[in-house]
Amino acid sequence: MVAERVPLIQVRHLKKYFPITRGLIIQRHVGDIKAVDDVSFDIYKGETLGLVGETGSGKTTVGRTILRLYEPTDGQVLFDGVDLFRLKGEEMRRMRRRMQMIFQDPYASLNPRMTVGSIIAEPLEVHGVAHGREKTERVQELLRLVGLNPYFVNRYPHEFSGGQRQRIGIARALALNPDFIVCDEPISSLDVSIQAQVVNLLEDLQERLGLTYLFIAHDLSMVRHISDRMAVMYLGKIVELTDRDEIYLNPLHPYTQALMSAVPVPDPEVEEKRQRIILEGDIPSPANPPKGCNFNTRCPVAMDVCFEEEPEFREVKPGHWVACHRV
Amino acid sequence: MGTLMEIKNLTVRFYTDDGVVHAVNGISYSMDEGDTLGVVGESGCGKSVHALSIMRLIPSPPGRIEDGEIWFNGRDLLKVSESEMHKVRGAEIAMVFQDPMTSLNPVYTVGFQIMEALKLHQGMDDHQARERAAELLTMVGIPEARQRLDDYPHQFSGGMRQRAMIAMALSCNPKLLIADEPTTALDVTIQAQIVELVKRLQEQLGMAVMWITHDLGVVAGLAKKVNVMYAGYIVERGNVWDIYKRPRHPYTQGLLGSLPRLDEPPGTKLISIPGLPPDLIDLPPGCPFAARCVYAIDKCLEAMPPLEEADGADQHLVACWRWEYIAGREK
Ligand SMILES: Nc1ncnc2c1ncn2[C@@H]1O[C@H](COP(=O)(O)OP(=O)(O)OP(=O)(O)O)[C@@H](O)[C@H]1O
Ligand SMILES: Nc1ncnc2c1ncn2[C@@H]1O[C@H](COP(=O)(O)OP(=O)(O)OP(=O)(O)O)[C@@H](O)[C@H]1O
Ligand code: SF4
Ligand SMILES: [Mg+2]
Ligand SMILES: [Mg+2]
Repeated sequence: MVAERVPLIQVRHLKKYFPITRGLIIQRHVGDIKAVDDVSFDIYKGETLGLVGETGSGKTTVGRTILRLYEPTDGQVLFDGVDLFRLKGEEMRRMRRRMQMIFQDPYASLNPRMTVGSIIAEPLEVHGVAHGREKTERVQELLRLVGLNPYFVNRYPHEFSGGQRQRIGIARALALNPDFIVCDEPISSLDVSIQAQVVNLLEDLQERLGLTYLFIAHDLSMVRHISDRMAVMYLGKIVELTDRDEIYLNPLHPYTQALMSAVPVPDPEVEEKRQRIILEGDIPSPANPPKGCNFNTRCPVAMDVCFEEEPEFREVKPGHWVACHRV
Repeated sequence: MGTLMEIKNLTVRFYTDDGVVHAVNGISYSMDEGDTLGVVGESGCGKSVHALSIMRLIPSPPGRIEDGEIWFNGRDLLKVSESEMHKVRGAEIAMVFQDPMTSLNPVYTVGFQIMEALKLHQGMDDHQARERAAELLTMVGIPEARQRLDDYPHQFSGGMRQRAMIAMALSCNPKLLIADEPTTALDVTIQAQIVELVKRLQEQLGMAVMWITHDLGVVAGLAKKVNVMYAGYIVERGNVWDIYKRPRHPYTQGLLGSLPRLDEPPGTKLISIPGLPPDLIDLPPGCPFAARCVYAIDKCLEAMPPLEEADGADQHLVACWRWEYIAGREK
């Protein structure tokens, strides 16, 4: 971990609701999907913050709202001390260069009719930072950086494997020398033997370029592998946040405990001895979250107060944040 | 325990416009009654095609079972009539797929679909079938099962649909349950529920289970035996401890080395396998892993190594010309 911890990103009380509407002609606003409901955390310079949680828990929405790809419903995001949601037009455009996103599906995120060269060069053109010869050289440099042959510039995305396409997406994200990258399930669509190639590349690039990552994925083992700290989301809220060792050795939230115990380990010796906490039931709908603690419908240790009051997300020991009445 | 199934030299190809896909290339193995077999390997290595061959559900054309025998309960399934096979599928072997929506019909209620299977294969009447369907849904852990019988599949969550599929598969007390990536689309806490469910049902009902997945973690906690597949071949096979603790094939070793573990110490580096799996239309003549293998020698490029006993260990088999050399290096 980085020696002195300077926050690059400070997220405060961030909310993103998606309206639910009824009616074909006159749309009535009948409720909200609380995709992200009051989350606060920091991401330090040069670190990887991992974000895990079940499908629909709001991970992608957090990433996209931080980058202002979604307009926030409420809250604040400071990027290097600057309040992002107050920036307008040209200011925001310049700030955008410093933050990028890598997507889950390398197939859908690359334009099939553009050559690899023009895909990677596009951000350079849009931001007018490199032209002619300089641009060509930058594209070749980026291809080499992500471990692809610069000779590939004139090929099209369909000529590449999934892992190679993900490398193209990474090269494009790196084109403008960003400080911060949201990696949203960057390896989920890849084969097992290829995932490690891409993760090693991301780690290597972070070291060489001093990048800061928000790394979103389902695969807890992979997130723990790449992260310095981890945040666990459940139904639009962060329920626990601490460093990678603490969260594994000493998880405090009952949901984190269940999640950690449910992840299979590829070792029969370990599996034989493990005790699983099997949660009952399914995740409730984010349109209609339970009152009180939103985990109370599945929580094995819920008390009366859990059905009444929402637990506060608080720092219970230095660097260990959790939202649970039981802690 | 007796042998439940014996597969000999199963070979399956697809004749496509792009060429002949060598999907399964002469695999042989046997499974005991009540056993749990994990079948692992990357996307496209032939796991599903091999399982669909057991069920004789390979679409033809373009697919063709070119060669082999599948002995199950005293007869070769590849030789029996289609009507006999229909009975096997209903009553002896059942299969659960990754996406339950491909096997659940969205226009009928869940209860109706389970009841139809019971009426068809077990000859039950409406009343008996409804009772039994409710029992089955309860057994797979669906609360208020009796009421949920009248729900449509879209009213179920992903995990509940997968449970309903398992209930349907169990309706005929199969001797073998083939689960093809049944939890891949599910979240980890729901996956754990399903894995526990299948373990419990297996204990109760004594059926054999074949669990197909690319998740080596799930198999470690579930299976007794493991087949590792690569490019349509079984490249290594053994009991779960031998495969995870003493893998002998460079591909198995590579896969395990490239996987992060939840319990890994800080600073662990993943060792990735370079390159890509081979194109099954244009399979190289020798070992299919040779192009990615750090141990490959000329011989590996020329001839496919046989699946032979490794370490003299009971039923630990490996298909690699150099396994003894590689094992020796580790010591
Ligand atoms: N553009 C949108 N319009 C309406 N609802 C949305 C939109 N995007 C997300 N949602 C809803 O917000 C909730 C959170 O979704 P989000 O995609 O952030 O989850 P996630 O944690 O990234 O899930 P996954 O692991 O499946 O990617 C879900 O209920 C989802 O249906
Ligand atoms: N109907 C088909 N027509 C043509 N080729 C097919 C067909 N079904 C399967 N194949 C090919 O056979 C090979 C083996 O496929 P199979 O579905 O068995 O892989 P798998 O190991 O189950 O992979 P996954 O993990 O992605 O499910 C693949 O190369 C696939 O493209
Ligand atoms: S046979 Fe040769 S190429 Fe194949 S795995 Fe063994 S050493 Fe590697
Ligand atoms: Mg997402
Ligand atoms: Mg398959």
